Amino acid sequence: MSPSTHSIMGEPTEAGRFGEFGGRFVPETLIPACQELEAAFREAWADPIFRGDLDAVLREYAGRPSILTECRQLGAQLGLRLVLKREDLNHTGSHKINNVLGQALLAKRMGKKRLVAETGAGQHGVASATAAALLGLECKVYMGAVDVERQALNVFRMKLLGAEVEAVHSGSRTLKDAVNEAMRDWVATVESTHYCLGSVMGPHPYPWMVREFHRVIGTEARAQCLDAYGADPDVVVACVGGGSNAIGIFSGFVDTSARLVGVEPAGGAAVGRGHPGVVHGMRSYLMQDEYGQVQEAHSISAGLDYPGVGPEHSYLASIGRAEYPTVTDAEVVDAFQLLARTEGIIPALECAHALAWIAREAATMQGQTVLMNLSGRGDKDVGQMMEVLGS
Amino acid sequence: MTNPDLEGHLRSRRDTGHKLLVPYVTGGVNGWLDAVRAAVASGADAIEIGIPFSDPVMDGPVIQQASQLALDGGATPVSILHEVREVDVGVPLVVMCYYNTVHHAGHARFASQLRDAGISGAIVPDLPLEESGEWCAAADDASVATVMLAAPTAPDDRLPRVCARARGFVYSVGLLGVTGERDSLAATATRLAGRLKAVTDRPVVVGVGVSNASQAVEACRVADGVVQGASVVRRLLEGGPDAVAEYVSEVRRALDSEFVTSVS
Repeated sequence: MSPSTHSIMGEPTEAGRFGEFGGRFVPETLIPACQELEAAFREAWADPIFRGDLDAVLREYAGRPSILTECRQLGAQLGLRLVLKREDLNHTGSHKINNVLGQALLAKRMGKKRLVAETGAGQHGVASATAAALLGLECKVYMGAVDVERQALNVFRMKLLGAEVEAVHSGSRTLKDAVNEAMRDWVATVESTHYCLGSVMGPHPYPWMVREFHRVIGTEARAQCLDAYGADPDVVVACVGGGSNAIGIFSGFVDTSARLVGVEPAGGAAVGRGHPGVVHGMRSYLMQDEYGQVQEAHSISAGLDYPGVGPEHSYLASIGRAEYPTVTDAEVVDAFQLLARTEGIIPALECAHALAWIAREAATMQGQTVLMNLSGRGDKDVGQMMEVLGS
Repeated sequence: MTNPDLEGHLRSRRDTGHKLLVPYVTGGVNGWLDAVRAAVASGADAIEIGIPFSDPVMDGPVIQQASQLALDGGATPVSILHEVREVDVGVPLVVMCYYNTVHHAGHARFASQLRDAGISGAIVPDLPLEESGEWCAAADDASVATVMLAAPTAPDDRLPRVCARARGFVYSVGLLGVTGERDSLAATATRLAGRLKAVTDRPVVVGVGVSNASQAVEACRVADGVVQGASVVRRLLEGGPDAVAEYVSEVRRALDSEFVTSVS
């Protein structure tokens, strides 16, 4: 049974609420599917066989546990101990695989034959296509036409993996419109199809379920920090679009005294500039105009180009447990190069947001241990950065 | 100010054997007010007015396009509710709006804005039963009828609860999918309408995927009426209010010739 209230980063209420955020704002058609998914997840998550299967595939296929890397050069330069949780080293190059393997195993357990997914930068789309290939499911990925253009390599990867990729031409032609189109597909195909949502957003149970699938990031990192340094980090930092990698790492440290920092792009600051609104099945902070029309986000990174944020982040912000500053595209471009040159690691543009904040605020964290979730690798962004920086 | 009673109006017409025809017009597109007048003059029993939203997840390409055109033309919920006051057509007007429009305005404020604009009812397609409490209470207080949607996926025990909370009519979703014209009426359309008719006395009106006069007749063999959405909006975009009038007349004639109305 679900609780009527919830503990911080525990199970949401029966209505899928984290405080006043979350819920299940979807057309009637999807209500039975959301209820079925919630029941199936609850049952699977309590089943040692499912957990064992997921652990095995995470270990033997995705390459978990991911390592910690201490950035000695950059840390010395910034005057702090900078530690990266290397989700970029997972199979498919980002943290997205954790959630996707969980959902694909669950879809199969539920007898679904087909996955639909939305994608921004293409990381979740690639991960979904990968899991579908591994488990013998059909896969269709919706991607904004703007993102199809700026992430052409990932589009080709998805096709290589056997997925169908459909460019979405409505609205801002980015991630939010890809979510709309994936939901429209799901409304029409709900009996055979599982919607493999890529972040801690959407209607209940997605924000909770996706967080649980990413909890492994925080659980591992906490043990690894204790092992390496004998203490919890002082600050835990991650980038936030929908917020799945941030939720994953925060979940390991929410009960410590560590500062939790989710970094949003200046052009997509749902928590920083938004007001509570309802879109994509959830009540959460949302960038919207004076009439409630959802505004378009603008960020150099396709994966963060989202005007909303997962409802649990809104809750963590509202109670002051986590903070959500912003960085500019220019700061991100600098951070992208900084990590490459000082540590030999090319980060995804999304994670470069987290590093940009650390670099900017380093003076206030002298001598502290700062754990950053390096949620994805930057290979996919190299073409775009070549244009930005000139070859 | 008293607006027409949506449910009373539809029930009294339904009870004579008359089939209910509810055309949908996207507010704010060129010619929309004339399209509303033309549809009523051509035999509509109520009009559904879409308030355009940036992210219409229940809508297919035609209504998405109309919504975007309206938004690009500067339409807002406030401008549409202001303009609709000019319309005095003698049948109830119902708005269709996504929940963030309501949420952003505030439940009580939005309900009174509807009432003051002469609107009798509201359809909020992304507000399912479990989340509808606050809005329904505010709408009830303002005498705005909240039309609930019932979906083909709903289990039997859900339908009576949806119907109990519905006011005005029950919107029977015709298929698994979004709004838009289809070549044939889905089997789910009459099946769900039949399931609803078995559990409620409220008017049952089928919408989503009822695409022409013959499909309207087919749906009405079981249901009390139909919403005509994409088929109307496409004609409005392509041919203006005259094309809407011609189409609504055609559907009206088809329904009236198929279903004999008893003199009351």
